[in-house]
Amino acid sequence: MRIAITDRTAVELSAAIRAGQTTAVEAAEAMLARIEEQDKLYNCYVTVDGEGALSQARAVQERIEAGELTGPLAGVPVAIKDNLCTEGMLTTCSSKMLGNFVPTYTAEAVANLRRAGAVVLGKTNMDEFAMGSTTETSAYGVTRNPWNPDHVPGGSSGGSAAAVAAGECYFALGSDTGGSIRQPAAYCGTVGMKPTYGTVSRYGLVAYGSSLDQIGPLTKDVTDCAAVLETIASYDKKDSTSIQRQDTDFTSALVEDVQGLRIGIPGDYLGEGLDTQVKAAVLQAAEDLARRGALVERFDLSLVEYAIPAYYTIAAAEASSNLERFDGIKYGYRTKEYAGLHPMYKKSRSEGFGEEVKRRIMLGSFVLSSGYYDAYYLKALRVKALIKKAFDEAFAKYDVILGPVAPTTAPKLGASLTDPIRMYLGDIYTIAVNLAGLPGISLPCGVDESGLPIGLQLIGDCFQEKKLIRAAYTYEKIRGPFGKATAAEGRTTKAEGRTTEAESRTTEAVSRTAAGGWTETGQRVLQEAGQEQEGHRHE
Amino acid sequence: MSKQYETVIGLEVHVELATKTKIFCGCSTAFGAAPNTQTCPVCTGMPGSLPVLNKQVLEYAIAVGLATNCEITRYAKFDRKNYFYPDNPQNYQISQLYLPICRNGSVEIETEEGGAKKVGIHEIHMEEDAGKLIHDEWEDCSLVDYNRSGVPLIEIVSEPDMRSAGEVIAYLEKLRLLIQYLGASDCKLQEGSMRADVNLSVREAGAAQFGTRTEMKNLNSFKAISRAIAGETERQIDLIESGQKVVQETRRWDDAKGESYAMRSKEDAQDYRYFPDPDLVPVAVSDEMLERIRASQPEFRNEKRRRYKEEFGIPDYDIEIITQSKHMADLFEAATAICGQPKKVSNWLMGETLRLMKEKETDAQDLRFSPEHLAKLIALVDAKVINGQVAKEVFEIMFEEDVDPERYVEEKGLKTVNDEGALRKTIAEVIAANPQSVEDYRNGKEKAIGFLVGQTMKAMKGKADPAEVNRILLTQL
Repeated sequence: MRIAITDRTAVELSAAIRAGQTTAVEAAEAMLARIEEQDKLYNCYVTVDGEGALSQARAVQERIEAGELTGPLAGVPVAIKDNLCTEGMLTTCSSKMLGNFVPTYTAEAVANLRRAGAVVLGKTNMDEFAMGSTTETSAYGVTRNPWNPDHVPGGSSGGSAAAVAAGECYFALGSDTGGSIRQPAAYCGTVGMKPTYGTVSRYGLVAYGSSLDQIGPLTKDVTDCAAVLETIASYDKKDSTSIQRQDTDFTSALVEDVQGLRIGIPGDYLGEGLDTQVKAAVLQAAEDLARRGALVERFDLSLVEYAIPAYYTIAAAEASSNLERFDGIKYGYRTKEYAGLHPMYKKSRSEGFGEEVKRRIMLGSFVLSSGYYDAYYLKALRVKALIKKAFDEAFAKYDVILGPVAPTTAPKLGASLTDPIRMYLGDIYTIAVNLAGLPGISLPCGVDESGLPIGLQLIGDCFQEKKLIRAAYTYEKIRGPFGKATAAEGRTTKAEGRTTEAESRTTEAVSRTAAGGWTETGQRVLQEAGQEQEGHRHE
Repeated sequence: MSKQYETVIGLEVHVELATKTKIFCGCSTAFGAAPNTQTCPVCTGMPGSLPVLNKQVLEYAIAVGLATNCEITRYAKFDRKNYFYPDNPQNYQISQLYLPICRNGSVEIETEEGGAKKVGIHEIHMEEDAGKLIHDEWEDCSLVDYNRSGVPLIEIVSEPDMRSAGEVIAYLEKLRLLIQYLGASDCKLQEGSMRADVNLSVREAGAAQFGTRTEMKNLNSFKAISRAIAGETERQIDLIESGQKVVQETRRWDDAKGESYAMRSKEDAQDYRYFPDPDLVPVAVSDEMLERIRASQPEFRNEKRRRYKEEFGIPDYDIEIITQSKHMADLFEAATAICGQPKKVSNWLMGETLRLMKEKETDAQDLRFSPEHLAKLIALVDAKVINGQVAKEVFEIMFEEDVDPERYVEEKGLKTVNDEGALRKTIAEVIAANPQSVEDYRNGKEKAIGFLVGQTMKAMKGKADPAEVNRILLTQL
C-alpha cells in the first residue's frame, strides 16, 4: 500500500526524495496546501513563507540530485517556533512587541537544519515570549489542538506541536524552559525532546530563562526525533553555554532493546492531582517496558513540590532582565505618543507586552530587588542545586526515570487563563528536568476517554539522550503506530481498542485508549493506583 | 574655620582596555569610526544574541591585578546590572559584583613629603562600556552610537586611603604607569580611556568614624580632579561648620565654573537588581594561566630605574623622566641598542623631545618617531654629515612625521659643506662685509667672533660645521 506523501515521517520522506519517488518541491507544496486548507482553524503558524519555502525546496532538490545533500532531513519541510531568529523572516515571539521584527541573523539550530537541506515553511505560534502552557497568551490568536479544536495544544511550543500533529509540517523546532516542548508534544500526540542543557546552541533563540532554555525537536516519531536532534546539536562558539560533545550520533541509539535497562518511577510523580487515566496509561507503558526486560521500580525522588516555586523564581528573574531590551528604542514596538524618555519606555512596554509577560517581569523584578534577593532568588538557586543532587542520586540507581508529562490531557480553551497558579502547577512533572539541565523526551502512550493523547515522559541523566532514545524507540515499537489527529476532517478519534503487539507492528494506524481493553497487568496497575488514592484520602 | 579637618578620599577608576575587539563580540574597538559601523547583534542588544568573553580582557585584568598586588579570584563570575538607558542596548550592563576578578590589592605611592604610602585596592572588576548619546539640537532628537557599546573596561576601586589631592594624583599616576607598562591601556583622561570618580568625605582630625561621602563625576584631567577635591572639601566643611549635614549623593563637577551640582541622592539611587549573568559561564582561572600571565609581566618602573643606573650610567634626572612613560623608555632602550650611546639618546629625549612635547602638547605615549630614526640622526651628527642646528630642524620633522633623517637630509640638501675652499670664500666675504666686527675683535672684543661665525653660518644656510667655521675665521683674522 502506498503511503500518502503527507503521512510519511521526516526520515521516510527524505529517503523517498533521495530515491526519486517524490521531490522536495512536492513535499513543500503538499505542506503549503495543508496549511492553506487547515490553518484557519488551527492557527499553528504566525508566518508562512510559501514563496521562500518553494524556492528553497527547488534549490535543495537540485543539490539532492547533484548528490551534495544526502542526510536524513534533506528536502524535508520544517516549521520553526517563532522565538528562533530567522534572517529576513519575521520573528515575533507571538508578541505585539516584536510584531515588526525581522532579524538580520539566523539561530544556529535553524542554520544547522538549513545546512542539512531542511526547508523552512514558516514560524509557529507560541505563548508570548514562551511564557505560558497553552499557547493562549499569543498576541496572534490561540492555536487549537488538532485532536480536538476546543482544546489547547499546550505550550509554549503549541504551534509547533499542533503543526506536526495536524500534518502541516513533517517536524518542528520548539524551545523548552519548563516543559514547553514536552507538554505540547504530549497534548498533541507527538514526540518532543528537550536535550541536555548546552547540547543545542541557544544563539538566535530569543531568551526567556537563559539558564533553562533549550531548543529541541517535535516530531512524528522517535526515529525522526533522533535524526533532528543529531542535526541541530552542535558546539557553537557563539554560545558560551554550548558544550562540545562527541556523542551526538543519536540515531545510533534507535535500537529495540531495553533488556536490563533500569527504570525508576518517582512515587512523587504519581500523587495527588494526576488524572487517573493519565496515570494508568503511564504505568501501562512501564509495564510494557518491563515485559521487554527493563527493570522497573518505584522510588522517592523528593523535593518535587519545591520545583515549581524555584522554577518560577529563577525563570521570572532571568526573564525580567532578558526582556529589558524590548524598550521601543532600537527595534520593535514603540508607542505612538509620548512625552519624554521614561513615558516612552513605560507606554511602549505596557502596550507591547501581554498580561502574562508583564506578570512574570514584575515577579522577576521583585525577586531580584535589593532586600529580597537572598530570600527568593538565592534560595531558589539552592533548591535548584538540591534538585540536581536528588536526580544525581536517582541516576546512580536508574538509567531512565519514567513518569507522566502533565497531570491531565489538554484542557479546554480558556480553562487555564483565569487561574495562572493552576496553569503553573501543570508544569510539575517537566520543570525539574530544566532546573537540573537534564534531557527529557515525551511520547504518546495512549488517549483518554475523550480521545485526547496522553504523554509518557522519560528523563535521563545529563548526556544520556541515547538511553532515552533507546527506551522511547523500544516503547514505540511495543505500542505500535499512534493515531492521527483528524479533527480537521470533522471526526474525533475514537478508541479502537488495544491492539496486540503483533498487530501494532503493522502499518495501520490504530489509536488506543487507556480506558480501552486492559491487559491483566494493566488492570492490576490501575487498581493499585486507585487504592493508593483511596489511602491518601483517608490520611 | 575653628576646627581641623581631614579629607578622606577613595577612587573608582575606569580604564578602557586596549583590546582590538570588544569584550563580548568580535567588533572592532577602534576609535573614531562613523557611528554604528562597529556594531553587531551582540553589542546592539538584538534578541537572541549572546555574549562570549574576549579572553584578552581577562588576561589584561589579571595582569593589572598582579601588578597591583591583588588576590586573583580563581572562580569569577559576571553579573548583570539592570537599568534602563538608551545608550545601554540590553538595558543591563554586564559587570561583576559578587565575584570580581581581583581583590585586596595595594599600590605604593610617594607622598608630597617624600615618604611612601600604601593605597589599598578593594577590587578590580571587568565590565562593558555603554554607547554614546548625542543630542541633535537642530532636529531636537537624541541619537545613539553603539560603536563604544561593549568596549572592555576594568574598574579599579580603591579603599578610602587617600587624604589629599596630591595623594590622589600620585595614586592615579602610579596606576596609569603600571597599566601603560602592561600595555593594557593608554590611560588618557582627556579621551576617556581612563576615568576617575572621586568619593570624598571630611571628618574632624582624629575622628574614628568616616563622614558622609559624596561621589564626584565628570573629572577629565588631573587639574580638574585637584580642583574638584579642593572644591568639594570646602563645600562639605562649610556645610558642617554651618550646622548642616552632608547628603550622600552623586555630584557632577563643572570644571569651567569650578563648582559641582547634585545629580542624584542616595534615596533616588536605582536598585540595579544584580544577578549572575546566565549567558556567561563562570571564569575559572587555572594555575597554568595565572603563571603564564605572571611570567609575562613586563619590567616595571622601579626595576627599570635600577637597571638604567647600572647599565647606562645616565643621570638620575634623565632616568626619572624617561621611565615616566613606557613608550619613552622603549624608545630609549631601542635607540641605545642601535647606536650604543645612551647619553646622546637621553640628551635628545631630555632636550628637544621634551621641548617639542610641551610646545605641541603631545603625550609621551604618542611620540611618533622611531628609535631607528633617532639612532640614524645621532649617527649623522657624529659623522659630521649635519651639524647640531640642522639636526634639531630634522628632528622637528621626525617628531611630526617620523621621516627617515638620512633620506630627508639628502632630499633637502642639508648636508654640511665640507668643501674648505667654499667655506674660506664665504668667510672672506663675511670679513669684508663686517669691518666693524673685525675691528672689534682685533681690539680684544672676543664676543665679536661669535657674530662673525653666525654670519658665516647664515650665509652657508646653516650647512657648515660651526667649529670648522670658527677655526678658519681665527686663522683669517
